[in-house]
Amino acid sequence: MSSNIETLVNKEYRYGFVTEIEADTIARGLSDDTVRLISQKKEEPQWLLEWRLKALARWRTMTEPHWSNVQYPPIDYQDIHYYSAPRTKKPLGSLDEVDPKLRETYDKLGISLNEQKMLAGVAVDAVFDSVSVGTSYKEELAKHGIIFCSFSEAVREHPELVRKYLGSVVPASDNFFAALNSAVFSDGSFCYVPKGVRCPMELSTYFRINAENTGQFERTLIVADEGAYVSYLEGCTAPKRDTNQLHAAVVELVALDRATIKYSTVQNWFAGDREGKGGIYNFVTKRGKAGTDAKISWTQVETGSAITWKYPSVILQGDRSVGEFYSVAVVNNHQQADTGTKMLHLGKDTKSTIVSKGISAGEGNNSYRGRVFVSPKAARARNYTQCDSMLIGNRCGAHTFPYIEVQNDTATVEHEASTSKIGEDQIFYLKQRGLSAEQAVSMIVAGFCREVFKELPMEFALEAQQLLGITLEGSVG
Amino acid sequence: MLIIKDLAANAGDRVILRGITLTVRPGEVHAIMGPNGSGKSTLAQVLAGHPAYTVTAGSITYDGKDLLAMAPEERAQAGLFLAFQYPVEIPGVTNAYFLRAALNELRKARGQAELDPMEFLDLMERKLPMLDMDPAMMQRSVNAGFSGGEKKRNEILQMAVLEPRLAILDETDSGLDIDALRVVAQGVNALRRPDNATIVVTHYQRLLNYIVPDFVHVLSNGRIVKSGGKELALELEAKGYDWLEAPATGAAAGARA
Repeated sequence: MSSNIETLVNKEYRYGFVTEIEADTIARGLSDDTVRLISQKKEEPQWLLEWRLKALARWRTMTEPHWSNVQYPPIDYQDIHYYSAPRTKKPLGSLDEVDPKLRETYDKLGISLNEQKMLAGVAVDAVFDSVSVGTSYKEELAKHGIIFCSFSEAVREHPELVRKYLGSVVPASDNFFAALNSAVFSDGSFCYVPKGVRCPMELSTYFRINAENTGQFERTLIVADEGAYVSYLEGCTAPKRDTNQLHAAVVELVALDRATIKYSTVQNWFAGDREGKGGIYNFVTKRGKAGTDAKISWTQVETGSAITWKYPSVILQGDRSVGEFYSVAVVNNHQQADTGTKMLHLGKDTKSTIVSKGISAGEGNNSYRGRVFVSPKAARARNYTQCDSMLIGNRCGAHTFPYIEVQNDTATVEHEASTSKIGEDQIFYLKQRGLSAEQAVSMIVAGFCREVFKELPMEFALEAQQLLGITLEGSVG
Repeated sequence: MLIIKDLAANAGDRVILRGITLTVRPGEVHAIMGPNGSGKSTLAQVLAGHPAYTVTAGSITYDGKDLLAMAPEERAQAGLFLAFQYPVEIPGVTNAYFLRAALNELRKARGQAELDPMEFLDLMERKLPMLDMDPAMMQRSVNAGFSGGEKKRNEILQMAVLEPRLAILDETDSGLDIDALRVVAQGVNALRRPDNATIVVTHYQRLLNYIVPDFVHVLSNGRIVKSGGKELALELEAKGYDWLEAPATGAAAGARA
């Protein structure tokens, strides 16, 4: 087997740099006092502090799960900084007030909070480490009654909304990492779209982990009221580091009757070096609850992280609700992924679609794990699942763990799976037509992922495709 | 245009080509015939630069340049085209997308401007009828779900779009019915010009009724054992290959074109 294809899939991580800026960091360790300190620094109301403490107490009774198909050294939860905020004390009214060093960071990451981005019509909520800095386009969205701000700000400005929906889709008791997140979550995005309103632009957020050993515990809550529509894009980068960094986020989506939420993720975090050292642990709980005639659609392109462990899911509670999951997950070098989705059919005439594309290269290990559950009352439920694996080289792995539980006999459940390999023949065919090896691999992989890419919002489909090309790029020959 | 001298090549440890010498000039059509295992397809693949084969001796000069020093994509950009015997499938990549990308790489190499999708569409509207192909196929994935005949026609369609200077057809007639054969041959003939050349690798004489060669060479055990004009093909049709077959070792009566 030629080493040509192997070398193609290696590429130096481009975003490896650290912002030299003073960060206000709490000492390592996790105790009730840590949580109190976090809550105090964020000036949170009492109800939220109590919510956090309850979660922490719950977390202490739970055991870390190890049923996944990924391996990692034990995490010392006492050896993590649970809070890191840049030293800007006064509230920021406009982008001009943002610390110039922070602005420089955003520019380096290609996120411009400046005129260009604004002209493009994308509202950006930039989260620097554990604190949100600056929110653009708030006024434009406010005209429609749409709230889009940092989670911390939502707690201050719209506590009733936060309190109503927080934990309604992912309670603290749900799992070990959700409980941890609920206790120490730093910040994230909050969005509320009122009844019947269609959000006029893609909502987007960027954030990064900066300080060493800082766990990033993002908390995001998106609520689309009856008949509303919102499309949200999450994309993140992180600097090169030697120590593993835990990212245990929680994302909750609430789509009330006849509402639609489209949530897209392009993830490119530091994946560890060629020897498998360092890299982000991405242990995320993402779930949406759909009401009657509502729709929730997850699209993800995961190319980074040392370990990706997440199952964006949909609870199809309302009749005729629809859940979708489109995923491209790439593992290269020593990356591991155990990812997939859960579609829980509870209402009648519900429908779910799952399209999962796994790409394995180097010594990467990629597992798809999915659960399709049809409850006894879920009459005429329909699911279509397609999970395809592509192997590049002969040292990588692809696994599939589909769980299908059907408890209603009027359901229709379809499952297709395929495994393919990028062959020398395909590469040679394209070379013989004048394309370089890199272009060839890029084209073949893009073709493989086509069904998923076309679900991404247009502006980001191109970025995702380029990212995929970069991830699998490398010195030829 | 193409000068092959004493070319020897292996597939792994197996010796396949044992000293091929051949010259192809612009405007010429050369047919390479021979029994199974003689090395016909290997010669085609080695010219295109397939990584499965190692050249152990000899040289290939293409337009005065050392072809063996050029990567496959460089050879393609220099105008070398191989119509594959078994074209591979590339799921998810449409014929339109792939062919436009390939054409634009060639145009870039030639210093020409790239074609945008609309210009490419216009081009395809002219080329598709040549191969009797339905425009709808452009939106299908490359060779995916194509019948054998469709795959071969797709190869010649690409040839018509990429306009190579040296086209090598590797058993393009295998698996084709009479009608498909005629369409393919007509396509190839329509592309013939005084400044390009074609090497037709084939097992049977039948294709050569339509694509009439200037020279016919017979390969046996990795060597050219006889060369002649188009009549040689008819002689082979009548007599078979036995009378020409060279021993595996020892000097063979290799003729020069």
